[in-house]
Formats: sequence, C-alpha cells, structure tokens
Amino acid sequence: MIAEPLINSADTITTKTLEISIGPQHPSTHGVFRMDVVLDGEVVRALKPVVGYLHRNHEQLAEKISWLGSMPYTDRLDYFNSMSNNWAYALAVEKLAGIKVPERAECIRVIMAELSRLQNHASAIGFLLQDCGAWGTPLLYAFKEREKILDFFETVSGSRMMCNYFRFGGVRVDLNDAMLAMARKIVAEFPKFLDEFEKLMTTNEVVLARCQRVGILPRELAIAGSVSGPVARASGVEYDIRKVDKYGIYDRLEFGVPVGRIGDVYDRYYIRVLEMRESVKILQQVLRDIPAGPVQAVEVKLRGFKIPAGDGYGRVEGPKGELGFYLVSEGGPKPYRYHIRPPSFINLTVLEDMCVGHKVADAIIILGSIDIVLGEVDR
Amino acid sequence: MNYPGKGLVEGLAITARNFVGSYFYKDRLTTVQYPEERVQTPENSRTFPFLVFDESPDKPRCTACKICEVECPPKCIYIVMDRDDKGKPLQRPKVFDIDISVCMQCQICVEVCPFESIKMDNDYEKSRYGRFNDLVQRLPDLLKSNAYYNKIKPAEAAEVDAKLKAEAEAKAAKKAAAAAAAAKATAVPPAGSVT
Amino acid sequence: METIYQILHTTFANVPAWAVQIAAFLIPIAFIFGVYPAIFALTTLVERKALGRIQNRYGPNRVGIFGILQPLADGLKILLKEDIVPRVADKFTHFLAPVLIVIPGLLVYLVVPVAPGMVAVDLKIGVLFALAVGTMSVIALFMAGWASRNKFSVLGAVRAVAQVVSYEVPTVMAGVAVIMAAGTLSTLTIVQRQGGGLLNISNWYVFRPWGLVGFALFIIGGLAESARCPFDLPEAESELIGGYHTEYSGFKFALFQMGEYLAGMAMAGVTVTLFLGGYMGPGSGPGLAGGLISMLWFFVKLAGMIGLNIWIRGTWPRLRVDQLMGFAWKVLLPLALVNIVAVGFWHFLTPRPLAWIITTGWLVIWFLVLTKCNASAKLEKREYRYV
Repeated sequence: MIAEPLINSADTITTKTLEISIGPQHPSTHGVFRMDVVLDGEVVRALKPVVGYLHRNHEQLAEKISWLGSMPYTDRLDYFNSMSNNWAYALAVEKLAGIKVPERAECIRVIMAELSRLQNHASAIGFLLQDCGAWGTPLLYAFKEREKILDFFETVSGSRMMCNYFRFGGVRVDLNDAMLAMARKIVAEFPKFLDEFEKLMTTNEVVLARCQRVGILPRELAIAGSVSGPVARASGVEYDIRKVDKYGIYDRLEFGVPVGRIGDVYDRYYIRVLEMRESVKILQQVLRDIPAGPVQAVEVKLRGFKIPAGDGYGRVEGPKGELGFYLVSEGGPKPYRYHIRPPSFINLTVLEDMCVGHKVADAIIILGSIDIVLGEVDR
Repeated sequence: MNYPGKGLVEGLAITARNFVGSYFYKDRLTTVQYPEERVQTPENSRTFPFLVFDESPDKPRCTACKICEVECPPKCIYIVMDRDDKGKPLQRPKVFDIDISVCMQCQICVEVCPFESIKMDNDYEKSRYGRFNDLVQRLPDLLKSNAYYNKIKPAEAAEVDAKLKAEAEAKAAKKAAAAAAAAKATAVPPAGSVT
Repeated sequence: METIYQILHTTFANVPAWAVQIAAFLIPIAFIFGVYPAIFALTTLVERKALGRIQNRYGPNRVGIFGILQPLADGLKILLKEDIVPRVADKFTHFLAPVLIVIPGLLVYLVVPVAPGMVAVDLKIGVLFALAVGTMSVIALFMAGWASRNKFSVLGAVRAVAQVVSYEVPTVMAGVAVIMAAGTLSTLTIVQRQGGGLLNISNWYVFRPWGLVGFALFIIGGLAESARCPFDLPEAESELIGGYHTEYSGFKFALFQMGEYLAGMAMAGVTVTLFLGGYMGPGSGPGLAGGLISMLWFFVKLAGMIGLNIWIRGTWPRLRVDQLMGFAWKVLLPLALVNIVAVGFWHFLTPRPLAWIITTGWLVIWFLVLTKCNASAKLEKREYRYV
C-alpha cells in the first residue's frame, strides 16, 4: 500500500493518501488487532488486517498432551463462550471414537450452549454500541444480564468463563434442582432486558443514521468467503448448523432461525437480537422437559483414553459462526493433528470488501458488527 | 404515533428511569464494593489446588504417585517422592510444588487422583509482591486439613468422606474374610477324623 | 461593573474614587475566576456520578464522602504528571494552544448577567461579543492538532474545525430571533425584557413558539461547539484515540478539559440568558434579598442545562462527521431561517391568539417538511424471515 497521488477530478489539486495503522493498542479493536488503512481524507481506500498478536500455539500444544488435556485449552479459544468451544471439541472426539451421549447430558449441553449464546450476543451488541459512541450505557446494561449467566456457570462448573465442563460422552457434573431453578429465573428475566434494550437503541435515530446501509455484505460474497454465523445470515444465507447437522437434540426442538436480506450493520445487530429471542424459546422448552438419567457415558476413561485411528471433523453453531475441530488420530493417547476452524478469522477475510468506500468511523463499526474475538483469530 | 425524534426521546426516558430507579430500588444497583463487601462465591467455585490431610500434616492422603503431574495440561506440578535412608519409597511426597502462575485451574488433577487427596480451593486472594518465587506454592502451603475442606465445600466433602469410609469398610471386611478363610484352612482338624 | 461601583462608592464614601474603581473592576473578575472553575470541578464529579447512576453503578465514592474530594485528587494527579512534548512538535504552538483554549471560554462570562445589574461589563453588543469570542477557541483546537505532528491529531483537528464552524451558523441565527424580539443586543436588557408576567416566568422566551425552536437550536449548537456527545467526534476515543489532544499530558491536558467544559458552560450560560430568562424567577428583583434570589435562580437554571448535557451524553451514540455536517447545513440552518420569519409574524400580527396560531403552524409545517426531506435516519422497512 504505497501512498499514491490522487488527482481530484473537480479541480487540479493533487492530494496524497494517508496511511494509518489502527491498533494494536486501541480502545475499539476488540483485542490486539491491527488494521492498516489507506485513507483519502476520511474515506477508506484499502484495508489490511494484521493478526497474530495473540498467537499462543494452541494447535501445537495439543499434540503433546492427552485428548482430555486439550479440553481446558479450548475454553480459551473464544473466551466469551467456553461452553460452545468445549462442545465442538467433544463432538469431534465423540464422532471419531463412536461414543454415545446420554439424553440428560444432551439436554444440559443445549442449556449451556444457548445460555452462552445469550450472553455473547448481549455483550456483542453492547460493544457495537460502545463503538458507535454511546458512553458505556448499553454495554453496562448488557453486562448486568451477563453477570447472572456467569454466576450460573460458576455455580455449576466452578468457574465463570473457563468452564472446562464438557467431557467426552457427557458433562462433568450433574445439575441439581437449585441450579435448574436458577437457570429458569435467568430465562424468565431475559425478555424484559431485551425489551428495554430494544427501546433504547433499535429506533434511536442516531443509531439508525450510523448503522443503516453501512458495510453491506452481498450474499454471493458471503458464500464465496465462507462467512458463517449471524454475519452470513444477515446477508441472506440460510445456513444454521443446528438445522443442517441436527447435532444434539436440536431436531426435537422448535425454534426459528432469523435470516436478513440487506446485510448491513443494522441487520447484523438486529439478527442478533432476534437470535436471542429464539434462544430464550429453546431454553424454555429444554428446561421444561429435561429428563432424569446419567450425565456421562460409562465407557470413557479419564486416563489413558485412546481413540481408534482415523480423522474426523466436528462442528457446532457457535455464537460467532461455525466452529469446527479437525482431528487426526493414530490410535494413541495424543492427537496426531489437531486443527481448529475459527469463525472469527474466516469472517475477517471479507472485512476489506465491506469497508472500502466508507469512512474511518464506519470501519470501526463494521469491525464491531462482525464480532471477532482475538483468542479465536490467533489461537 | 410516530413523530420524528421519537427514538431519541424514548432513549432518554429509559436512562432517566434507570437513573431514578438506582436510588430507590436496591436490585438496580449491582455494585459490590470490594473490599468492604465480598460476593459470596458458590460452593463449586474453584481457584487453585490444595492437598488434604486427615489427622496431621505429616500424614497426607497423597502417596506421590505422580498421576496428577503427568495429566496436568500446562505441567505446573512437580513431585519428588520421599525415601527413607535405605532408598525405599515412603508413600508420601517430599517435594510438591504447584506454580500458580502456570496453573490454569482446569481441575483435571482433581479428577484423576485415585486417592482423593488433591482438591480445589476457592481462595482467590493470592496476589503476591514477588513475581518469580512467591507464586510457587510448596508442600507446607498446600497441606490443609479435612476439616477445612468440609468447611469450604460441605456437600462435596461429605460425598468424599462417605466414599472413603465405604472403601475402608470394604477393605476391612475383605481382610476379615481373608483372615477367617486362612484361619479355617490352617485349623486343626477335628478329633476323630483320619488324616 | 457600574452597579458594583455605585454600591461600593455609596458604602465606602470616604475612599478615593480611583481605588473604588479598581475594586469594582477586580471584584467581578475574581468572581468569574473563582466561581466558574469551581463549578467546572464540581461538574466533572457530578458528571461521573450521574453517568454511573444511569449505568446502574456508583460513581467515584472513595475520595471523601460521596467522592467530593475527587476533583481535588484529579487536579493533584494531573499536576504531578510528566509533561511530554513530542520531539518533532512545533514547540511554541504546542505550548500556546491549551492557553488559547481557556481564554475565550472565560471571556464569554463577562457578558452573562447573574443578578439585576450584576454583569461584569454591560456591553451594548453583548450577544455579538459572546458568540464571536466563543468561536475563537476553534483556532486553538487547530493549533493543537497541527502542532502535534501526528496524523491522528490532524484528523481530529480538521474534524473539530469543520464541526464548530458549521454549527456556529444555526446557533447565531437562532440568537438573531431573540435579538429581533427583544430589539437589543445587550444581554442585561434581554434579561430584563423577560421579567414580569406570571411569577416572572411566563415571559421567558422559551415559552414562545419561536423561542422553543430557538432554544432547541441553541442547545444543539452548544453541544456541537463544545464537542460533547452526540457531537464528540473530534475527541472520539474509540476511533482516533484522542484527536487533537492525543499528544498532551499533564497540566496542558487538564487545561484542554477545562477549556472545553468552560466553553460548554458558557454556551449554557448564554442559553439561559437568551431563552430561559437569565436570573428572572419568582422573587427576583433589585435589592439585596432579590439579588441573592436572582443569583440562586441563575445558578439553578445553569445546573439544569448542565444536567441536560450530561443526560444526553449518557444516552445517545455519536454521529459521523458527514452526517453531523449534513444535519447542520440541511436541517438546522433552514429551520433557523424559518424561525426568523416566525419572529416577524409574531411581532407584526396584532391579536395575540392569531399570532400564536400562525407562528406555531408555520414552525410545525416547516419542521415536518425538513425532517421528511432529510429522512436518512428513518427505519427502513426490513423483513426478516424465519427458516
């Protein structure tokens, strides 16, 4: 990206472009993330994302420790939703090893994943509005709800964010009645927060002026760039792994998947609000009908657990997109190859196409609407 | 009715309601003023491991089998078995170091321990002034009594105690049955039988 | 100042005239230098606590009870910070900019009356002076951005200049409406015209249809000129880190904050003077008791305006720079011009109810027309389907 002199068509003043690096230390880049932008006045002409500031060698580490030992490391990938990451890894291993999960464990898994989705979307739109300039108010309202969900995670698994709760063939600890009552209370209070939040922001003229028709992602580009998650669905791609793969007990639950049409920042924001409402519906169904039973498959050992040779790919619909694990086993207690398909990293490939032609302020908002988390991008 | 600027005014109304409500409704204001008030952490909450002893600190449950050292993902545990003068291993650790700046609180060591001897503490105030050696917990720091374990995690500790008691009774019963069988086998045959 | 001179001269009759003159000259200046920075310090604390309560948390409450010593702690901290000047910066301009930003803010208070007769200088062109001097701070903003030799600062400074200059025009036009109605440029006379009536309240210009529109325009203009939310793009922390004050630290940074807040409060003071009746309220009049009550009313109204600023800051996100300028030139400026015509209607239509009806109708129609034409902020019809 060299600074080129541009001839302004209106008059004969030659201007030069300005090259700025936004980040890696920046209040709004959602982590240590750097964007090299070439600006012409206020308009973005080119943008290059630079990642790697949080690389922690996760995939290499997993080849040295046992299958179970990688489970706590998967918590730290997308550190907002440790439950979804755990589920993706457990799903991949169960596919390879052919382990069947008991019914109650499947229901508990759905509860945890949907609660995780609720708190992720709430903080994502809170951060998006913080980037728009509302000085913390929507963010702190969203965080108040998130606290309730994190307290629930702490009561069940012992830790608020790095839960390490899923095991191959089930979950680690059973939920007793007090915990189920806590979950029901959270789900009952959530729609009220959503209504207040929507009233605060959805029809606010300033939000509308900032977010409408900004950062449009066409449907063909979303499919070509293998974008997944709410970003793709806002552009009109009808793809939700919960409906396609039907993993867990999702085929027995009634819920809709909202799909947008235009694919701008406002659509991505509103799709997340609608997805939160659908998650509340799912949680109400599961919490009503949860059966009794064991929560762990009996044939899985903790130590010296070996998986037959082969390879497999397990994926879930994480709150940020399709999170997948590709595992290659040689029949031993450690993986031979362990690869993660991170949704945030792959969603970032279309960032430049979305930002070119918009202003600097828009570039920040578009990045916020993709909802990246650097732990996942850099692994 | 939809007047221009309606969204703006509604937004102002909501913040005003939050502002006024925070003075009158206690559940709106969720701040906990640490360190004067502390949040009561739930029973299951876990921070760093500790070793359990039953009667006295020089008789811990740990037998230095090194299973937790092998299974620990970030390899933060270092164990050396205690040996007597002749080099015979005594079933207890001489050195047991956990580096809590490396430990990621994953609880795998607790799950794989066969002797119920390492458990998770819930004390989170572990800041120290020195960066390098102060964050390594050595054997005297880690040993805590079973009474302490019962205090911080009553339900879990009760389960563990019941399990250990059942195991001890089963072992005692098996020993008694074996002793009875051995006594019967070496018993003097009754008078009158032909050998 | 003349009033103070009279009071002092009659009380201390045997002091020579030149000494009384100097005292009458120094007292209002001491008042301005003492009271308004004190209000600024209190405002920083109140703003943080009010924003905290809006967000359901306590504001600062560690230093002193209810955090009342927090401004003192902040001031001490910022005095003790290291003063970093970039090596390639233009040293003289870099030093001069924070000083130049405080001076216009303080100068505007010279023409704001706080009690009957109590104005520092009773200029015949008071309103013109206030609006003109208040705009001088934009030079200091640009100096700060340019002298820092930093790409982010220059961007911030350019945005700030564009924003302040474009919002100056509708603000002045809204002020023109008041000047036409009152027939004078002197702030003291404008306030006196707003007295009388029911409880000294019903003659306030904000209760006239053209006054209400002018009041709204002035509030928006005041927010824009002191670069507060929703117009705080020059210092948008989440985009350009600091904008024009990125390269400042230590006491110079504090001077920037003080200049900005003082300018904002000065605009609030001018708004109170022009639209909210200045010091007029029930019980205000000449004499000592009336004077004190007037002063109380003035500060109550000023506090109300500052509270409105804080409320808006806690609620609305910020506008982008081109939307901001589009809003000023395409919506606010035509509205201000329409307002001037409305004042004309008000002045020349004789039966009062007819004047009310025609003026209100004229303004409402134009407001709806303008917002319809520039409806970029309307929620388009979107459809979401469920799969």
